[in-house]
Amino acid sequence: MSAPPLICALHLVKTYVLGEQQVQALREVSFEVLPGEFLAIMGPSGSGKSTLMNLLGALDTPTSGALAIDGAEISSMSSDQLAELRNRTIGFVFQQFNLLRRTSALDNVKLPLLYSRRRSPDANAAAKASLELVGLGSRMDHQPSQLSGGQQQRVAIARALVNSPRLILADEPTGALDTQTSGEIMALFAKLNAGGLTIILVTHEPDVAAHARRLLRMRDGRIVEDRAQ
Amino acid sequence: MNFQGILEFIHIALTALWLNKLRSALTALGIIIGVAAVIVMAAIGNGATLQMQKQISMLGTNVINVMAGSMRIGGRQLGFGGAVPLSEKDLRMLREGVPGIAAMSGQLNGSVTAVYGAANWSTQVNGVHADYFDVRPWALQAGRYFSADEVARGAKVAILGSSVQAQLFEGAASPVGDIVRVNNIPFEIIGTLSTRGQSGGNDPDDVIIVPLSTARSRLVGRGFATVPDTVGQLSIRVADGYDMTEIQGSITTLLRKQRRIKAGEEDNFSVRNFAQLVQARNEQQKTLSYLLATTAAMSLVVGGIGIMNIMLVSVTERTREIGLRMAVGARGIDVMAQFLTEAILLCLAGGVLGLLLGIAITIAISRVAGWSVSIGVGTVAMAILASATVGIIFGFVPARRAARLNPIDALRYE
Repeated sequence: MSAPPLICALHLVKTYVLGEQQVQALREVSFEVLPGEFLAIMGPSGSGKSTLMNLLGALDTPTSGALAIDGAEISSMSSDQLAELRNRTIGFVFQQFNLLRRTSALDNVKLPLLYSRRRSPDANAAAKASLELVGLGSRMDHQPSQLSGGQQQRVAIARALVNSPRLILADEPTGALDTQTSGEIMALFAKLNAGGLTIILVTHEPDVAAHARRLLRMRDGRIVEDRAQ
Repeated sequence: MNFQGILEFIHIALTALWLNKLRSALTALGIIIGVAAVIVMAAIGNGATLQMQKQISMLGTNVINVMAGSMRIGGRQLGFGGAVPLSEKDLRMLREGVPGIAAMSGQLNGSVTAVYGAANWSTQVNGVHADYFDVRPWALQAGRYFSADEVARGAKVAILGSSVQAQLFEGAASPVGDIVRVNNIPFEIIGTLSTRGQSGGNDPDDVIIVPLSTARSRLVGRGFATVPDTVGQLSIRVADGYDMTEIQGSITTLLRKQRRIKAGEEDNFSVRNFAQLVQARNEQQKTLSYLLATTAAMSLVVGGIGIMNIMLVSVTERTREIGLRMAVGARGIDVMAQFLTEAILLCLAGGVLGLLLGIAITIAISRVAGWSVSIGVGTVAMAILASATVGIIFGFVPARRAARLNPIDALRYE
């Protein structure tokens, strides 16, 4: 493979201290993700998939091991550098959408641009383009309470896309949606991936994971299965 | 952070405050009351200071008054009637014996009736030396002051205060050169004085000023038979660069020696600096207003604690929002700036409303109680600055708490 990996994880260990107890959430996890991949991470609760997502999203740093995101080693980064990496390289999609209430779809989508160090010349244009890409061009002025769950998740995806990230991290993106809407959202992810965007999603629904082209299964802080599908 | 970013932060903060209108208003109320209290207290304090300055500028800051008779207030008044009056000899002695006297004048007062044509008017006469207008500057409206020669020979010349002029001449053209009869003695009017204006119930313009020698021999001298060259009370202007207290001491020492007053005996005269008296009285008033201002400032602090309390609640309520902002790239300092902006805007809004309320109360007080008040640019600037400072100080702890949230925990917060 000629392109350098987008994510390179080597012997990742994450240990939490809960009172007297040490919890090993990740035990020596190593894998690579190449640009353009569509990866699903599955596993029962407590398997370490959320911990892994936090690390991949630069929300947290590993206890030991090395993790490079888009060529940058995050273990030694300051919290400000991590914030900039999240802003520039990663787009987040959450189960509960996490939109700002009483704020229009357009303003919600513009949020990452507010914290962007390389300010785009026209934040409005970028946010509009992003909303059109997810099929919400006609509802830019609507507030979250005026939108359906699926539409809200589309706004969240538009927000994740607005800063042209290299990676989309989706944590149970369909967990709060009905089956039909879930299908539509997954189709949107597939379309974005077809356009070259790398997508990693965490889910425990096999139907959803089936949309991905590679499946990573975790148990007890380890990767127990890694296969293309 | 660029300018557009700052505007964005202000917009976000205003939106957040608007979403909780009632809560924001109640929180700001603490600041409103605090700032209003500070404004009112400062206005009253400033008013007192300004009134003091006005009084002092009229009395002169470097003028010493010497009066015969002990001026004990609330104690025994020893020998007031039989007190030895001040004389021309005393005046000469002081002029020679005390360095630093720039000008001095006697001042002999009495009541007289002035008549011009059909008009007559009961007024005060003030007999003074030629130096009087050097001790107590008082601009002429027309004409001229006395010459030393006129004072020496007891010339029958007079300078009219504006109230007397108005009573006798009823707005006619300048009376300079006319003859007015004072206690039936004809005086030539050589000048008229500019208006000083009412002050504390007295009308300083209701006066006729004549040479001291003339007043003594023809108008008011009779009561002081024991000393034929009495000068009434002395007004002394101290030259620049001399210490007032030192000169007062020299005058006292010299007069005691002259009057052979033994050590331990009380003075039978008084040496006063009225500006100091006014200053001392107003100093007390100022202390009181500082005390009140401190109380007012404390209510501002209480208002600030209210702000801090509500901001802490707000940070807790919006934990998920903070987590989201951090996930999409907000640094700790961005989150901190956002909450500080909210606290400062809330305080500034409270400050402006408090300022308006304070001005309204101040106006009401000056109308109802008749106190002299003054709201300066400095007071307004201080109110705005104080409320912004309260915002920064009491917004800091909640803002820092928000900035230190862990994004993972914040995102999961229910």
